Amino acid sequence: MTTVDDIKCECGHTNPVGTLLCEACGNPLQKEDGEEFPDMRYDGVSRRSQTFSRTIVDKIWNFFSSVRVAIILIIIVLLASIIGTIFPQEMYISGPAEQVYPEKYGIAGEIYYKLGFHNLYTSWWYITLLLMIGTSLVICSLDRVVPLYRALKKLPVKRHLSFMKGQKVYTSVSLSQDKEPVLDQLQRSLSKKGFRVVREGYSLVGEKGRFSRWGPYINHIGLILVIVAVLMRLIPGFYLDEFVWVKEGETRKVTGTEYYVKNVEFKEEYYDPEDVPEGVDVEGRVVKNYQTDAILYENRAADTPGAPPDLVEVHRDQIRVNHPLKYKDLLLYQSGRRLNEVTALNIDLIHLEREEVIGPFTLDLYHPESEIKVSEDTTVRVLEYFTDFEWTEDNEPRSKSPDPNNPAFVVSVISPETPAGERSWIFLGSTLSSPDGEPVYGFAFTKPEIADVTGLMVRKEKSLPFIYFGSGVVMLGLVMGFYWQHRRIWINFEGEEIQIAAHTNKNWYGLRREVQQILQSIDVERSIEQLSKGGK
Amino acid sequence: MINKNPIVRIVILALILIAAGWAVYQSAIKDKQTIEEGTAAPNFMLPLLGGGSMQLENLRGQGVVLNFWGTWCDPCRKEMPALDQVHNKYKDRDVQVLAVNIGESDVTVSRFVEQYQLSFPVLMDKQSEITALYEIGPIPTTFFIDGEGVVRRIVIGGPMSEQTIEQYIQEILPE
Repeated sequence: MTTVDDIKCECGHTNPVGTLLCEACGNPLQKEDGEEFPDMRYDGVSRRSQTFSRTIVDKIWNFFSSVRVAIILIIIVLLASIIGTIFPQEMYISGPAEQVYPEKYGIAGEIYYKLGFHNLYTSWWYITLLLMIGTSLVICSLDRVVPLYRALKKLPVKRHLSFMKGQKVYTSVSLSQDKEPVLDQLQRSLSKKGFRVVREGYSLVGEKGRFSRWGPYINHIGLILVIVAVLMRLIPGFYLDEFVWVKEGETRKVTGTEYYVKNVEFKEEYYDPEDVPEGVDVEGRVVKNYQTDAILYENRAADTPGAPPDLVEVHRDQIRVNHPLKYKDLLLYQSGRRLNEVTALNIDLIHLEREEVIGPFTLDLYHPESEIKVSEDTTVRVLEYFTDFEWTEDNEPRSKSPDPNNPAFVVSVISPETPAGERSWIFLGSTLSSPDGEPVYGFAFTKPEIADVTGLMVRKEKSLPFIYFGSGVVMLGLVMGFYWQHRRIWINFEGEEIQIAAHTNKNWYGLRREVQQILQSIDVERSIEQLSKGGK
Repeated sequence: MINKNPIVRIVILALILIAAGWAVYQSAIKDKQTIEEGTAAPNFMLPLLGGGSMQLENLRGQGVVLNFWGTWCDPCRKEMPALDQVHNKYKDRDVQVLAVNIGESDVTVSRFVEQYQLSFPVLMDKQSEITALYEIGPIPTTFFIDGEGVVRRIVIGGPMSEQTIEQYIQEILPE
């Protein structure tokens, strides 16, 4: 398709509008006299964004194809991300946000809340910015890679003299010998150095490492895959991040799933002090292993939430740090523990006057029984249980949380001697008899029931394989771009003169060394400086 | 031959726009509660304090006042007498008051119920499963559910007065 805007080069080739260097011979097409040779970055191809800006589609396209716009977007996102860390986000505070921010952080906190920074990372504008970066990534790449691919696919052999002279590596040699053997020798030297050589008449071109030019674009494809994979978390069921505390012996619902997990045993193992290297200053013992022996159950009665679970064992595993329990797409990570938590008080009931132990009884801190038979004719009745005991301002006993942090029981001992019951308070390690009269019964604490509580992180991350794959593609692109260079060397016989020009996208020194060595093979000596017209 | 036809670019831009729009939309609705006024109240089954169990579905045809509470929560305690009054007033008019206790022991709750002389059923959510299902944040939180099982009103915080509760009950009173 030829249009009126296309540019015809003096060599006869028709180039698309916007082309800087003729696709066939490399002659600069838009250069006025005295102007610099155009930048070789994209081989002087016509890039859409540099050529059209008439329609709205052009304008949107051009906006996103600008690397400067991309960098500005990235800087804005960086700044926003920094702002999001000034105060904790809403999910990390407790209590109503409209109160907490002003109370805790003063006027700055109030502004922070009013501007909506308390939910910054999930705000529509933050996500929009991220997506704009993604869009820019796609369009920047397309705008460059499509024409670049087209330009590099053809490898014209003979290039215009002004193209040769315009290169950062250029030299010419006068020749008095036969052309053919010299040309043969140059071709051999290039081939030996791994160049793919094309010869046309008295012109040669050698090229290697072209694939490294695709590195940045493959890298971008990888980044886009990672962005898409992260966005897949938004699909219901793809992502779960919860936490459960499970006591030893307890079976608990795994939050957000239909599974139940039983903590059979929690172990904390230590290094033998003799194994710790000398000179290493450690306080106390050094932990070697945190481990939960767990059983995973599936609840067959999950259709009705809250219904008595119908549990079927599906998996059994030892959960250690970085070695999660894996079942289908569910992951349970070892990520916390509370050791030696008192779960029940063991108490001996004592007849004070007779100094006689009537019998032992147990007060469970989680599910206490309301009546406990201690002996044939003696019963302990639990009248009140405050899990987290405190006195209110009106001197009323109450619990300030449902967790047994400071358990307090009111019990009544009923026996033939005390038919109406004798009341006492039982706290963690102390008791308080009722003030009226001499008490008949006393209490002696024996070793309480203790259990370790394990903290398990609950994760579902179905997009993880995609994130790994995307990251692999990113790495592939980086390696391609970093460790290989695209080098081209053009050689042209013009009368009694050999013109040599070379181009690379990086490592100019390496390229000059190769040109130097190739010239040495035809007994021409050129110093690196003589081959340096520019380029780093 | 650079293609000046904008169709390819329009398609690319449109695809990106659709993907981006979908992502923004998803993230915007992600934070929202899934139970709100006008949506169906999820069914559940819980044991009753003192034995037996109850399923929400079985109360279809009746209005339900579903209150989430704990004895450690002051406004919850203050609200209980009003809920009890309302329960006695409306129990013959097909409105059921249900109080879901969050994770406490039978002893603690039964002493509380005795002390306050509460006559409505108390459900024991020992593992806080239903509390999570109903996305309970601060307590008390009360759901007013109509005879069709649709949440008509959600009241977060309290205590509500007897008048307030009665006023909201009018919205769920079966014909």
